[in-house]
Amino acid sequence: MKNLLYLCALALVLIFATWAYQVNYRTKSEMDYVSTLQREIAQERQTLAVLRAEWAYLNRPERLRVLVEMNFADLRLMPLHSDHFAAIGDVAMPRPPIPDDIDGMISDMVDTAAHEADMNGDEP
Amino acid sequence: MIRRPLRPLARILRARIRGEDPDKIEAEARAARMRSLRAAEKRRAELRLWFLAAVFLAAFFTVGGKMFVLATTEAVEPVASVNTSPIVNQRADIVDRNGAILATNLATASLYANPQEMIDRVAAAEGLAQIFPDLDAADLLRQFSGTRKFIWVRRKMSPEQQQAVYDLGEPGLQFGPRELRLYPNGAFAAHILGGTSFGREGVYAAEVIGTAGVELAFDSYLRDPANQGAPLRLSLDMPVQAAMEQVLAGGMALMNARAATSVLMEVDTGRIVAMASLPDFDPNHRPLPPTSGDPADSPLFSRAVQGRYELGSTFKIFVAAQALESGYATPDTMIDTSGPLVWGRFRIRDFHDYGPSLSLRDVIVQSSNIGAARLAAAMGAEAQQAFLAKLGLLDPLELNLPESTHSRPLTPPNWSELSTMTVSYGHGIAVTPLHLAAAYSSLVNGGLRVRPSLLMDSPLPTEADRVISPQTSASIREMLRAVVSRGTASLGDVEGYEVGGKTGTADKPDPQGGYYDSRVIATFAAAFPMSNPRYVLIVTLDEPEDTTGTEPRRTAGWTSVPVGAEIIRRIAPLMGMRPNYSELAPVVLASQ
Repeated sequence: MKNLLYLCALALVLIFATWAYQVNYRTKSEMDYVSTLQREIAQERQTLAVLRAEWAYLNRPERLRVLVEMNFADLRLMPLHSDHFAAIGDVAMPRPPIPDDIDGMISDMVDTAAHEADMNGDEP
Repeated sequence: MIRRPLRPLARILRARIRGEDPDKIEAEARAARMRSLRAAEKRRAELRLWFLAAVFLAAFFTVGGKMFVLATTEAVEPVASVNTSPIVNQRADIVDRNGAILATNLATASLYANPQEMIDRVAAAEGLAQIFPDLDAADLLRQFSGTRKFIWVRRKMSPEQQQAVYDLGEPGLQFGPRELRLYPNGAFAAHILGGTSFGREGVYAAEVIGTAGVELAFDSYLRDPANQGAPLRLSLDMPVQAAMEQVLAGGMALMNARAATSVLMEVDTGRIVAMASLPDFDPNHRPLPPTSGDPADSPLFSRAVQGRYELGSTFKIFVAAQALESGYATPDTMIDTSGPLVWGRFRIRDFHDYGPSLSLRDVIVQSSNIGAARLAAAMGAEAQQAFLAKLGLLDPLELNLPESTHSRPLTPPNWSELSTMTVSYGHGIAVTPLHLAAAYSSLVNGGLRVRPSLLMDSPLPTEADRVISPQTSASIREMLRAVVSRGTASLGDVEGYEVGGKTGTADKPDPQGGYYDSRVIATFAAAFPMSNPRYVLIVTLDEPEDTTGTEPRRTAGWTSVPVGAEIIRRIAPLMGMRPNYSELAPVVLASQ
């Protein structure tokens, strides 16, 4: 009876030891993976920083000014001027919509005019 | 175990037959039994001792082995959890108010040589001299020929140069990582950004420290990892600053000026939207401070913050504000302008003769020295000092730039009555253009004193900062508008933006004593739009000379004012300001 108890305890110790061993190694490998990821993130951030710096460098006012002058023939870009502001009132009102049967209306009017001319006895 | 009897019957019987004492047999057997028992006990004890020794030995070997392993391996920090904080740059970026990058970092490399590992020293030296034009091949070769094992070649280089060095294929040329501070816009806002240099430097890393400008002023903020790389946001506006620098450079060339500076400030907050000082420099290659000559001639000298100039008639508005605020005069009070005004051996003259008297408004509009001097003298030196001090014109700038510590205004050592008169029209007192910008902002924004700032989160002025009443501020605005609409700054009238302002032309002091005859500092202090001012612009030209006319014109009205007007014409639309053409002309109607 006592021996059985010892055996059970030994088996439990073995099981838990194996489990702890596995968990330990899994954790280590996960941490390795995370640090790999973080290295990658750092790399990407570095790249991002370089790209941002390059973007800022390419968009420096001095260069844009030269580009605008070089492409003036195509783009006709001018410095912003106070004349470029407009009031809402300066915008033209939209024209009234053209009716669908505009052709019918015109022919009606022509007919009416011709009829009136006939009534007045004028030459058609 | 078979137990042998102590008195085996066979032996007893035999002994009896032989007549021996059978008890001897028993004693013998008892002794043998005892002997074997003792031997077994001894064996067990020995075994225990051996076991104990083995356990101790194993324990000692375990500890010793672990110590050996620890001693012979590279130390690795035990990691209980993975650091999840984001990877932060060594130095935070600097951005403008809209987030455009003004300063950032670039990972590059430093280059050093280990001549002992070199394969072809001559080729390496020549290759390096080709990649870096400032290096000399013969010089390099001499360095490489010694017994040294470490020679710095370059502290920093661009990625392209690094690739070129790689392409040399020389194993004796090695790289260390370096973070390079990059100002992508070149000379843009150079005096504000300042510059950086390497601090403590090793092969594998180098400290980047600020040496001037905001880089120095906010050095600890920019390097603080607790900010997690959050950029430093300045109040500058990149397009506005760029346009201003361009127009100012053009104006400086057209007016044949030696130097120029301009400041654009939000009147309600004191935030600096743009600030330029020409000539400037490229902070990527910050020049060394000059060792000889006048430091004020160096491009490193920030004229807007460090340049203390007598700013001439722009100061007259302070006399007017003081008179209005103290109730001494109204805009229509007549001031005696008959001249010249003689004080001891000193004579104060006007540019023209303005007749016996002018209203206070017209003293400002026509810029009468005599009128301003009489008014200031009547109110006294102490009142003048107190008023100028309230506007911050007697103290160094409270600006977050290291250069501003050298901005304490130069004031008369003995503030006599004569000093009071000259200070009233801006002579005998030298302040920086930024001082003037802050003082003008305080006058036109309704009367609250603002403090110049380069940050977006600067504190706003409160009622505790009141310098003049809103009514006085309104009168000042009306006067300044009149100066532009019909006075000395008429060239500054930008249609739609209701510009108001004051000109100032001051003779430059001669270092030998006295003043130069034909060298001036011409200043235009403007605010716009005058009905509800939002920005103050100060333009100062050093020794301008407009030579387009029959004789050279140097007054601010012909030099600084057109430049200032062009700046406003360019930047006001950039800042989204809608022109207002419907301005009624109350100023014109109310005067004359």
